[in-house]
This record gives sequence, structure tokens and C-alpha cells, in this order.
Amino acid sequence: MSARREGVVPSTEAGDVVLETRGLSRRFGGITATDRVSLRVARGARHALIGPNGAGKTTLINLLTGVLVPSAGTILLEGEDITALAAHRRVARGLVRTFQINQLFAELTPVQSLALAVSARLGQSARWWRPLGLGTDRRVAEGCDRLLADFHLEDVMNRKVALLPYGKRRLLEIALAIACRPRVVLLDEPVAGVPEGERQQILETIDALPAETSVLLIEHDMDLVFNFARQVTVLVNGAIFAEGDAASIAADPRVRAVYLGEGHDGSPAQSRRDGARG
Amino acid sequence: MTPAGSSPSAAALSASARWRWWEFALLAAGLLSWLLLPGHALLLNEIAILALFALSLDLILGYAGIVSLGHSAYFGFGAYVAALFAKHVLPDPLLGMAAAILAATGLGFATSGLILRGSDLTRLMVTLGIALVLYELANRLDWLTGGADGLQGVVMGPLLGRFEFDLYGRTAYAYSLLVLLAALLFCRRLVHSPFGASLQALRDNPLRAASIGLSVRRRLVAIYSIAGGIAGAAGALVAQTAGFASLDVLDFHRSADVLLVLVIGGAGYLYGGIFGAIVFKLLHDAISVLTPQYWTFWLGLFLVVLVLVGRDRLVRPWTWWERRRT
Repeated sequence: MSARREGVVPSTEAGDVVLETRGLSRRFGGITATDRVSLRVARGARHALIGPNGAGKTTLINLLTGVLVPSAGTILLEGEDITALAAHRRVARGLVRTFQINQLFAELTPVQSLALAVSARLGQSARWWRPLGLGTDRRVAEGCDRLLADFHLEDVMNRKVALLPYGKRRLLEIALAIACRPRVVLLDEPVAGVPEGERQQILETIDALPAETSVLLIEHDMDLVFNFARQVTVLVNGAIFAEGDAASIAADPRVRAVYLGEGHDGSPAQSRRDGARG
Repeated sequence: MTPAGSSPSAAALSASARWRWWEFALLAAGLLSWLLLPGHALLLNEIAILALFALSLDLILGYAGIVSLGHSAYFGFGAYVAALFAKHVLPDPLLGMAAAILAATGLGFATSGLILRGSDLTRLMVTLGIALVLYELANRLDWLTGGADGLQGVVMGPLLGRFEFDLYGRTAYAYSLLVLLAALLFCRRLVHSPFGASLQALRDNPLRAASIGLSVRRRLVAIYSIAGGIAGAAGALVAQTAGFASLDVLDFHRSADVLLVLVIGGAGYLYGGIFGAIVFKLLHDAISVLTPQYWTFWLGLFLVVLVLVGRDRLVRPWTWWERRRT
């Protein structure tokens, strides 16, 4: 935890790499789902990872967060090798993710879920005497109050998560990650399946992330990608196909051929001109 | 406790940990049963012990989601340790209880590594295996355990040096009730704490629990050890109040019964073991009077009805003829 505090220097220089992979590979039998990926995510980045279905985007996220073990290659967080680190220890170092398909605690309420995540961040989640969130330390309750307000969950805070509408569950999915105060947050299709009306709430919360937090966004929605991202990496067949700033990727004819041309309505250039989301 | 102040989260969290009226009613019922039903102390003692055993299973099944068909291992181990302690070390029941809890916690810790991995089916088989191994060990080590004859010659000292265990089970029931109460208060603090919430989180979704920074393995080890210790306390109560330990305490039917008790009473809210033990033992008692041999037939029938109709509907007869909304 102390290392994490020291690391919060609001620097956004291009050369300041927070998360890096070197030759990262993962094979499932004969299939190479991730193929020698060397990726660099800068501090404060707004970085998008795109690619057609089956390109290996979620596999890459699972490798980064420790859900899967790579077949080869290394992962560096703040210059330290975390390739062999357990998933929960990566979270303690500030590498946090959300899931494409909601992964929530069905029998808990939003306030309990968030209180647990905040307690975990403060290193208090193994305490077993004081009730959750009610110790002498007010930070847990106050942290929850803020998250519930920011993510529009106050009205449903005492309902079991299993009974929440989908949009609220999606908000909680992201709130749980933000409760960990990530230095790098990996957002796996945050607006997937969210109805139009609630989409805007989620986008606002993503926009409101602190500037020094690095964001790696996996998304199919090109409007969102080119409105949000400054850097874009294109993944095809598990390998990096192209990378660069958003404008050059949008203009890259090869990218348009393999990816953007595949039935996605509206060219990226047009989306950027519109500037409208949703 | 901490004033909720103006924080809505603190208010909501303290509301969920608050004592309910029926919890006080249950405590009062326990005390009254000791005062008003002295003739039934032996049966009540069995109920209290079964409730304690089921409470320990609830910690791992209801809260941490670990299914077990071998919880008798810790129950029986506690029983033998308590009996051996009384026979060879000291006849004092409380010291024997402490020894049994420590030993069963240790056994839980030592075997917890086996339940960390695998699906529910794997865990069922592994826990079943642990119990079978212990049963056979107790059978073979007859120089220590008395083997199939049971451990003879256990003489219990008086409780706190004053209260002798009597033939009618009055002292025994008071003792079991107090141990159950202590365990219940302990578990109540445990499940409302951040640790307790993290258990429920990893039961619901271990992947996400790890993704918010919780160590799933350490928590499973911790709760499995604690549950082992409480099961050991229940076993110790059996050995101490009966003055006897036999292979029966490690038998498979103990593991199966305690699972049934929790299914009857409901898992995951701490009191299911108590309600389940009351229903289970009273059913047993009532049906045995009618048909001493075939009581399991009626128990089986009851279980089928319970699971098919659902516990919530079964205890609310007025809802039986309401039309279900689709």
C-alpha cells in the first residue's frame, strides 16, 4: 500500500509507462489466443484496445489481471515484474478490472459490496470483530457514500444485487473497480448491453475518472472508442495489428479493411465529426 | 456503537447488523425451556448439540459455499479428544472443551488445503473421504480409542467444580445451551464483520472477490478451520454429557444428518441450524413413537415436500392456495 501512495505523481509524460507487456503469449492447445503482444500503457492514458470478435482482447485482459497464466512473456506494472503475482495482489498494487459480463455478489447489497471493496483497499477486509463499515474508521462509510452518489446507486443501495435492474448492475460493476482506487483500470466493454437511457450515466462516470488513472478500454462501439481514446491498439488473431494515436488509426486503411469495414455502421471519421455519444 | 451520523452507508450497514426481535425471543425460549421443561432435558440437550454442529456447517456451507459430506470428522475428533482428555489428563469439562476446540481447529486447518480447489462434487468427495479416513483410524487405533467398543471409563468432573452432571441431563442441557450461545454470539460477530462479508462475496463470486483484492484461499482456510473448531465443540459436548465416545460420533450418518438439518432450517442466516435441529429432533421423537423402525420414511417424505414446496411457502400455509404470478 505504501508503495502505491508514493507512486501517485500526476505526471502524464508520454514516456512514463505504467503497464507494459513483453512478448506476452497464451496458447490453448493448438490455438494461440495471445501472440507475442508487447503493449505499453502510459500513465494517465486513455487507451483503447479494439479488434474483431475472437481477436483475443478478453484473453489479454485475463492475462494482465492474473486470471490466466501466460505461456510466455512478462507483465510489468510500474516497472516491476508481476507475471507470477496472484490476482488479488495485483489489485493491491493498483491494477483493477471490470468484466464484460457482470461479476457481482448476488446475495449482497450494493452498499455491502462497495463497503467490502473499500475495506479491502484499506487493508481491513480480514477484520472479524467490528461490523462491516462501522469501525472507528469513518473512511469506509464515507467512501461508500461517495461511490453510491457518483454511480447513481443511492436509491437501490439496500436491495440485493440479484434483484437490481441491468443498468444498475452495470454501474455497480464499474463502481466496484473504482472503489479499489486503481492506478490502471481495464474496462472490458463497459456499456455492453446497457439500454440507451442508462448509457450516458456510465459514460459520465468513465469520463470522471481522475486524470492520473490510466484507462485501458476494450470496446466494440466505435463512437465511444474514438471519442474517448487518445491511443488505440488493434488486436487481430491475438497479435498487435496496428497501434498509434486515435486519428492515425482511424485513418489507417489496413485497419479499416480488417476491422472497421466489418459491418460497423458509420466510419470513424464521421463519428468523430458528430461528437455525439448515444 | 458508532453513531451513524449523516452517512447513509453507515446507517444502512448498521441496520443490517442490528439485533432483531425474534433473536431475543429465541434466546428467551432457550432459557425458558431449561426452566420449564426439566423432564425433557435429555432431548433438549441433543437438540442444542445438533444445533451447534449445524451452526458450524452453516459457516462453511451457508456463508463460504463449501459443501461437505464429512463434517462428522471434526465433530468426532472433538468428541474423542474431549473424552481422552478427561480420561488421561484432567476431568474438568471446560478444559476438555478448550482442548477439543483447539484440536478440531487444528484438524480443520490441516485438511483445509484439500478443499481449496475443485468443484462442489470434488469437495463432497474429499470431505467424505476425510471422514471415512478418520472413522477407520479410530477403529484401528483401539489401544487409544477402544475401537468398536468405544472409549470406556470416561469420568467427567463437575462443571466449574460445582455442578455435577446428573442423570436427567439438567446440568448437561445448561452446559450445552451456554456453549451454543457463546458460539452463536461469536459467529454473529464474525458474519457481520468485513471478514464475514468477504466470505459471502467469495461464495457468490470467487473471481470477483479476487478482483477487488481479496485472498480467496486464505479466507477459505480460515473459515474451514473455525468451522472445524465449532464442530469439535459440539462433539466434545456429546462426549462430555454422555461420558462416552464411540465410533458413532464419526459415522457417516452424522454428516448426512447435519446437512439435512441445515436444509430443513435454511443455510446462510445463522439460525437455520437451530430451527432445523428443533424440527429434526422433534420429528424424530414424534415419529419414532408411532413407528420406531421406519421413521426415516417419514423424514424422507418431509424432505421431498420441503424441497418441492419450498421452505418459504411451507411455513406460510395461507399462501398455499394463492395463484402464483408468472
